[in-house]
Amino acid sequence: MRAVDFRLTQEQGDLRAGVRDLLAGRYGREALRASVEAGGALDRGLWRELGAAGFFALRLPEAAGGVGLGMPEAVLVFEEAGRALLPGPLVATHLAAGVVAGAAEGAAVVTAFDLGGALVTHLGEADAVLGAPSLPAGEPVPSADPLTPLHRVASPPAAAQAAAYRDEGALLTAALQVGSALRTVELAVRHGGEREQFGQPIGAFQAVKHLCAQMLVRAEVARTALYAAAVTADAGEAAGAKLLADEAAVRNARDCLQVHGGMGFTWEADVHLHLKRAWVRAEQWRRAEEAQELLAAELASAAT
Amino acid sequence: MDLTYTDEEREFRARLRDWLGKTLPELPAKPSPDDWPGRRAYDAGWQRRLYDAGYAGLHWPVDAGGRGATPTQHLIFLEETERAGAPYVGANFVGLLHAGPTIAAEGTAAQRARWLPPVLRGDEVWCQGFSEPEAGSDLAALRTRAVRDGDDYVITGSKIWTSHAEVADWCELLVRTEPVSEAVPKHRGISWLAMPMDAPGVTVRPLRTLAGSAEFAQVFLDEVRVPVANRVGEENDGWRVTMVTLSFERGTAFVGEVVACRRTLGGLARAAKANGRWDDPVLRRRLGRLYGEFGALWRLTQWNVSEAQASGGVPGVGGSVFKLAYSHARQELYDAAAQVLGADSLALDGEWMLDRLSSLSYTIAAGTSQIQRNIVAERILGLPKGR
Repeated sequence: MRAVDFRLTQEQGDLRAGVRDLLAGRYGREALRASVEAGGALDRGLWRELGAAGFFALRLPEAAGGVGLGMPEAVLVFEEAGRALLPGPLVATHLAAGVVAGAAEGAAVVTAFDLGGALVTHLGEADAVLGAPSLPAGEPVPSADPLTPLHRVASPPAAAQAAAYRDEGALLTAALQVGSALRTVELAVRHGGEREQFGQPIGAFQAVKHLCAQMLVRAEVARTALYAAAVTADAGEAAGAKLLADEAAVRNARDCLQVHGGMGFTWEADVHLHLKRAWVRAEQWRRAEEAQELLAAELASAAT
Repeated sequence: MDLTYTDEEREFRARLRDWLGKTLPELPAKPSPDDWPGRRAYDAGWQRRLYDAGYAGLHWPVDAGGRGATPTQHLIFLEETERAGAPYVGANFVGLLHAGPTIAAEGTAAQRARWLPPVLRGDEVWCQGFSEPEAGSDLAALRTRAVRDGDDYVITGSKIWTSHAEVADWCELLVRTEPVSEAVPKHRGISWLAMPMDAPGVTVRPLRTLAGSAEFAQVFLDEVRVPVANRVGEENDGWRVTMVTLSFERGTAFVGEVVACRRTLGGLARAAKANGRWDDPVLRRRLGRLYGEFGALWRLTQWNVSEAQASGGVPGVGGSVFKLAYSHARQELYDAAAQVLGADSLALDGEWMLDRLSSLSYTIAAGTSQIQRNIVAERILGLPKGR
């Protein structure tokens, strides 16, 4: 019987488990730290493997050489990428599948003007910019996130260039944020269970417990909004998902850092990588103010 | 993931909408908040109409007198009645949402036959005797004592925060039937009883809430005799029986209210447009954010319901996640309302301030947010219990 049902189908569950396994094997903690030390340079071999696994061609029709799945499956896959802190212009290249040659297979790296200004991520390694006729010139700029290199272009393009991809780009970015938000809950809970002070695990103290509980609440509310928006393709729900996922990813990373104490402030812990990437993604495709304005407009039209 | 409705569900919705359209205009005027007998009569009348139309106990099992509807149909029912502005369960809250489901799940055939039909018809009102002056969040520390005397328990103690106590016929009462000792931990010696509120020795003293009205009461019990036959579940097994009730409370009790909050938000947007404050981008975005949040909370109720549907109907710990998010969002909603209305929100002739005041109970009643966070941290996240 068909009914309103949030549970994953067998196929969706298998897909998620498959991507998690692939990333655990190919982009585990050692690979993550190696790419941090390498200054965020993209691993082209991994990019091709992602392509071969259908990461970019997931929503292309089978007739066009794609996997033929939909947005609900795509957000599950991107959630896993967010958990693993997988670097690169994943969303832009996914959106470029079938539009830019080589994107679907992972042969091309495609970025986008998704930051809404003069800064562009991964431009130095990009083969194309989504919606742009040619690759613009840009000066490298030191980046807050070690895994997101930035360039500043001389003449930022009109906002319209990325606009066509905005709803989907925001939703897939929300999926990355949800994955990160869920992962930082796990990291905080693990640390809270291991680290002992005053003769017991710090996670036994309510002050720590309540931080962790609130992290889960944020992540689960955002995940619900994400899955619903992926199924309904409603613009308002997608804006709500991006807004809540941005908040969950950023605030969870902050709380995770707090739970980690002094370790959380070190380069060695992964917490700062989640926080910095969450800050980047919060600026991509649809910022909080834009999402709030879109939702306010929907509220106003629903209320009249 | 599938968020579409079946033909059967769509037809159910259409029939319900049709019935609501015909029935709501026939309802009498709402009684004033202080008129308790009037409120009871109004709530009973609404429940009777639901019963006669076949909507009472919609999701209760058929052998408990319910209609055996799916959780999704129940969700549609709550969504449509709220959307149409139908009355709330009101005085029937405990009977329909706590005591009734507990008796349906744990009672004998005779107990179900005695207590459930009058609840479904709106004939009998229940109240909840759980909390005590010395047993709030630490509910298992309750002291109200029940001593066996022949076929009766003789009960002495007091209960607090008991809503609808003044008009209730029955009280779902938690009592201590075995004193705490080294061999008996505090949650072991508790039993669940159905106590008639007109029994000799029951005294109800109304308590005024910060909203000014007497919404709940303290109930004093002085050697009250309750037949042993009124015990639901085994003696000393009342804690487990109660947990069934509490999980019902957190799982579905707030579904209609989420829809109501979205309607309230629409009213706020209209008010803000009318008084010009909609042009303030900070306020407008605050309302936009709330619209997104309540949209997500509505989806979260659907998710919880679909999980319950898959697991056989008993809502699980996911209810704690929902309650934490919802109770906070509801308070945020009425704080935003005060920002929209400004000084006008201070006048009590509108509904806003009373609703704002009542929203303050949401992070306390039915398990405080602190207790909910403990539940989430220990039972979902697996963090260790503190010493």
